[in-house]
Amino acid sequence: MSDELLDIADRLVAQGSGTEQIEAYVARGTDTEIRIYDGEIESLSTATSAGIGIRVLLPGPDGSRVGVAYAGSLDPGAVAAALTSARENATFASPDPMMVLAAPDGITPAKVDLVDPTAHLVSIDDKIALAKAVEAAAKAGDPRIRSVDSADYGDSRSEMALVSTTGIRATSERTSAFVSAATLAGAADETQTGSGFSIGRGPGDLDPEAAARDAVERSVRMLGATKGASMRTTVVFDPRVTSTILGVLSGALSGDAVVRGRSFFEGHLGESVAVPGFTLVDDPTDLRAYGASALDGEGLACRRNVLIDDGILSMFVYDTVSARRAGAAATGSASRGGIAGSPGAGCRALVLHSGDLSADELLASVGEGLYVQSITGVHSGVSTVSGDFSVGAEGLMIRDGRLAEPIREVTVASSFQRMLQNIIGIGADLTWLPGISAGQTLAIGDVQISGT
Amino acid sequence: MAEVFCEDRTSRSASRDDGRIEELSTGSSRGAGIRVVVGETTGFAHTADLSEAGLLAAARAASAVAREGGGGTRLAPLEEHRRHDATARYLLDEIPTVTKLELLAAADEAARSAGSAISQVTTAFSEGRRRILVATTDGIYASDDQVRTRFNVMCVATADTGLQTGFESMARTEGFEMFDDADVAEMGRIAARRAMAKLSARPAPSGEVPVVLAGGSGGVLFHEACGHGLEADHIVKDSSVYCGQLGRQVASPLVTLVDDGTVSGEWGTSAIDDEGRPAQRNVLIEDGILTDYMWDWLRARKEGRPSSGNGRRETYKDLPMVRMTNTFLLAGQEDPDEIIAQTPDGVYVAKLGGGQVSTATGDFVFGTTEAYLIEGGRITEPLRDANLIGNGPEVLRRIDALGNDFSMMPGTCGKDGQSVPVGCGQPTLRITGVTIGGTAA
Repeated sequence: MSDELLDIADRLVAQGSGTEQIEAYVARGTDTEIRIYDGEIESLSTATSAGIGIRVLLPGPDGSRVGVAYAGSLDPGAVAAALTSARENATFASPDPMMVLAAPDGITPAKVDLVDPTAHLVSIDDKIALAKAVEAAAKAGDPRIRSVDSADYGDSRSEMALVSTTGIRATSERTSAFVSAATLAGAADETQTGSGFSIGRGPGDLDPEAAARDAVERSVRMLGATKGASMRTTVVFDPRVTSTILGVLSGALSGDAVVRGRSFFEGHLGESVAVPGFTLVDDPTDLRAYGASALDGEGLACRRNVLIDDGILSMFVYDTVSARRAGAAATGSASRGGIAGSPGAGCRALVLHSGDLSADELLASVGEGLYVQSITGVHSGVSTVSGDFSVGAEGLMIRDGRLAEPIREVTVASSFQRMLQNIIGIGADLTWLPGISAGQTLAIGDVQISGT
Repeated sequence: MAEVFCEDRTSRSASRDDGRIEELSTGSSRGAGIRVVVGETTGFAHTADLSEAGLLAAARAASAVAREGGGGTRLAPLEEHRRHDATARYLLDEIPTVTKLELLAAADEAARSAGSAISQVTTAFSEGRRRILVATTDGIYASDDQVRTRFNVMCVATADTGLQTGFESMARTEGFEMFDDADVAEMGRIAARRAMAKLSARPAPSGEVPVVLAGGSGGVLFHEACGHGLEADHIVKDSSVYCGQLGRQVASPLVTLVDDGTVSGEWGTSAIDDEGRPAQRNVLIEDGILTDYMWDWLRARKEGRPSSGNGRRETYKDLPMVRMTNTFLLAGQEDPDEIIAQTPDGVYVAKLGGGQVSTATGDFVFGTTEAYLIEGGRITEPLRDANLIGNGPEVLRRIDALGNDFSMMPGTCGKDGQSVPVGCGQPTLRITGVTIGGTAA
């Protein structure tokens, strides 16, 4: 299937003239989305979209100038127009001695099979049934569930081809599927919300019951929540919250941010930045990770990178250009946001090494504190430049080592720098989650809770 | 009901980083989304292939889900084409690229020369043109030509206390004429000042404090605290704290909240919404009383009422939803300086960042990006960034002072994975108590 895309990319790159360098990134995806409400299909959409992103480099004595263009179609006229635009755009850029396209670095990509070969055999009726199943299970999960705000099924099949004049020639393909539910618990005078999901490479991997159970538990256990009191205490993050926080933290480990002076980790390589025992790895070659991938956004092999090793900041992740600026080697960590984006440097499959304690044992060891089941305002209150950290939170008080009464409308504040040094326990309950990071229960001491 | 939504987009962006023009990018996309609604079920498909065969294939896919639809052909008469030409004075290609790059350089240089602590500056320019055409079996036949322009400055300041960021942006539904009255060098200096002020800032307090929001700094508060909760898709699913509150007092009597997609040049403005309805001005809360929700076609039909022109979608690949346009609180009577002077202790928020809300509970957060302590009725020390957290209905009741100033700011609103441009606005105002999430005890 990707041969057709590879052919389009090959033909585009073959048009390079003289010293001009070209990279073509061709992508196509087919998505299905189904939303159920009250046992009926609220909406069903299915469509295929495709496009191309082109980078043109014009080498000169002071370095290369780069121009970028994209088209949301593989129509030959649109592709040709994008190449013309990219060439024209390059003439306006400043020459940059660090600007190059990636070239093969001899590392063989891992065998990472991301396609569920049975996914395309599943009928639309069976997909509808999965979405209906998650809604029904959520409604039946607890008498205090008032309604299911949304029950969704989604799947996608995506493929890409990447070719450059510098010798990159790669294709990849992946499938994925999910079901999710958002529940409302409580009578008319009180509402609490919860969400749950199940993800996989194909519909056969999905567990609608588990997704519903998670949503139900999260909403029902918040019933009766009151605004918490201000205090300085220990927080215990749910695995989903840990995953979100590690994903944000990884922005400070991006070589791109570091070379631009936009990371609080800049200048701290080789130093202790976290407690001993804190080992954070980005490993897209691990098939269990949602972000698993054989190739990065420049077509280089993804590899296992140990970013923080037993508390010591050991490396940053780089794409080709940020690596050159830093005087380092690319780490197979180029990421790109679809056809419209140029590659940057980022993590895609983070795993924090687990500790020995189960979630319950960790709560027992903490004794008193706040268990956080969800956070809000991550994009407004957390900075990977300064490290300042302030998020909205809801969850349950921890009393006598066990979960107690629900608390809402508080903030949790500290800084990344302090939180990493104040970790007092990492759970054994590693959970693979969507996004760029797995997560487990994580206890952090001495944070400020702000409430009444 | 069947609907064809065609969209043609072109965009251009340029950024300057570390004194270099780093990257110019242009993009284009064109396609159609086809929606078929039968009973309570919506079928949807989209295609980039605008040939008759491509459109028919998408139409078949969209109607497949509506099985009871039967078959056969029905001719739907269309209204006379309501065509809206671009209101922008300049389209994207009418100003030379170098002129745009000079603006990036001017803001960059101004920010760098604002202080030796400024260690990094990124300036960015983007512009887009979006032409849409909507035709439905209800007879709607309308088109619009939307041009939007945006300019951003991002700075990092460095000292032995660490790194801090400052940001300033301008965005309007206009062409290059946006810069007629804009001083991009001043924008650079403002972003630099914000970053530098925070280098010596102390940690924000924690707990509940009186908060004064500067005019135009924090319209996002109303966008989050009540705007989303007044979107009819949440109302019909009983997932908003504002369900069943029509005609009731939901806010301080000082509060009159309007959503208005017709305000000339604002970021959330357009001639028609993405369902072909004319944009309009809707009063949502008047003197504290909830007067109406915001509606798209689908939810309005359920209630047997007209849409309020709030049906929007990010691209032709997306289904429309109820969305805000420009949402703002009308100005009051008081002198903004007096509001500060009459606040013995609290926090003055000069600039808010983004926010987030749960419409079902009303709990929201929003982040400060420039804030100061108020001590003895005077603005004193700068504070580090923090989130404020509150409950929408509670905060609206706690507004006890409203200034006679007013300004708007642009934002990007995300909902269900779709982002659309919106405007937010408010006068200077005081909230008697909001929880601020700082690290100081």
